[in-house]
Amino acid sequence: METENTYNYKVVRQFAVMTVVWGIVGMAVGVLIAAQMVWPELNFDTPWLTFSRLRPLHTNAVIFAFGGSALFATSYYVVQRTCQARLFGGPLAAFTFWGWTLIILLAAITLPLGITTSKEYAELEWPIDILIAIVWVAYAIVFFGTIAVRKVKHIYVANWFYGAFILTIAVLHIVNSAELPVSLTKSYSVYPGAIDAMVQWWYGHNAVGFFLTAGFLGMMYYFIPKQAERPIYSYRLSVVHFWALISTYMWAGPHHLHYTALPDWAQSLGMVFSLILLAPSWGGMINGMMTLSGAWHKLRTDPILKFLIVSLSFYGMSTFEGPMMSIKTVNSLSHYTDWTIGHVHSGALGWVGLVSIGSVYFLIPKLFNREQMYSIRLIDAHFWIATIGIVLYIASMWIAGVMQGLMWRAVNDDGTLTYSFVESLKAMYPYYTVRFIGGLLYLVGMFLMAYNVYKTISGAKSAATVAQTA
Amino acid sequence: MEFMNDIRAWYTVVMFVVFLGIVFWAWSSKTQRRFDEAAQLPFTETDYPPRDKNKGDHHE
Repeated sequence: METENTYNYKVVRQFAVMTVVWGIVGMAVGVLIAAQMVWPELNFDTPWLTFSRLRPLHTNAVIFAFGGSALFATSYYVVQRTCQARLFGGPLAAFTFWGWTLIILLAAITLPLGITTSKEYAELEWPIDILIAIVWVAYAIVFFGTIAVRKVKHIYVANWFYGAFILTIAVLHIVNSAELPVSLTKSYSVYPGAIDAMVQWWYGHNAVGFFLTAGFLGMMYYFIPKQAERPIYSYRLSVVHFWALISTYMWAGPHHLHYTALPDWAQSLGMVFSLILLAPSWGGMINGMMTLSGAWHKLRTDPILKFLIVSLSFYGMSTFEGPMMSIKTVNSLSHYTDWTIGHVHSGALGWVGLVSIGSVYFLIPKLFNREQMYSIRLIDAHFWIATIGIVLYIASMWIAGVMQGLMWRAVNDDGTLTYSFVESLKAMYPYYTVRFIGGLLYLVGMFLMAYNVYKTISGAKSAATVAQTA
Repeated sequence: MEFMNDIRAWYTVVMFVVFLGIVFWAWSSKTQRRFDEAAQLPFTETDYPPRDKNKGDHHE
């Protein structure tokens, strides 16, 4: 009763549940296209089911539908609780939920039809882009409005990270989506050639830096202290972490364009800033990990804490791997190979996925007035199945990627290529199969989660009942 | 062009000094109390603060 009248939990509940639903949808599409790499017949000779059309559907679904819902849910929850104020803007919060849902549905229709701008992670066409901008501005009003009407003195560090994520994504999306429509479903970028590529990867890498990192660091700074029941290891470090991370990420984009028409100085700039990024990334990781100092035993019995802490280990791994891959000589081996896919999934499945899953497990009982999740053992099973899945996925992609890189650059004494492309493709079969199994395991874990969440919610006493008996 | 290059070089130096400034500020004794207070925010949250002060719906 009180819950309904004070904090806006309805929108948090909606986004939290949709995090699980969209997670299953997006990852199922991922597993299907992973299977297509092993068994190409799985596109059933249907244009809508080809890899080229389903791949952007997969990336959009997992990043913006699954990850986006997790960010909306947690940011709305955290900003209300740490500001001790109800979400600002009344019905605007509900508008962000339904608007975001409409965007996801439009993506699910247009992408398989082949309607695309062809810009990676920004494939959606101009009418949808406009809708995204409107919903995002509403999100910013709700979030920053809540901070403005807060009843406490300080703005908790998690909100700084969420705020940076919301503000930056607005700027990135609006600048990169500047396009000239020629029809309802087709537009062209206003930027020419190499400038277009630079703008695209300034957007693309900052989507990683601010959508997939800063936002989820906000999650980390709230849910790890909560679940470990102790404050963050060093608040000072978190402040330096924040300013260093946001000012460095902005410049790392050009490492996506090594050895292209992009000017050399821009490539080197991207590489240097990517290397510097290691420092704030690891500073943040250490801050999260050390929060557990003196309470390490909790890891043994608390699977939610396992999700949160292991996500940080994957964050540390992929933020070490990333700077290394941005070094031009390493990049000449790794670029265009499956190593990149392995790196992305170590960050996506390991860091973003696990921290979101842990946070949703934390949230669900609190949002539905339940003591705890329906089954703690199922959470533990989910943790191990997901972790084994990630390890299989990234290990197979590392081997596949390095092997591809080496086969493509191998030359005979007379200067001809040692291997044809098809030979390198044939060598990939065993690794693509292992990758498919790894992805399938991760998806199975999500089904366990869906069952557990369903049982928790359906078994919950409704808020009204609690108020009556109280 | 020479002028622009000087600006670029100095900008790097200025940003580095700003960074050092943030580090010194964060670790200065002045910020200790307010950071300690802020770090406690996830634990000092009231569960159900009133929606509207004017309706006498106090819970704090």
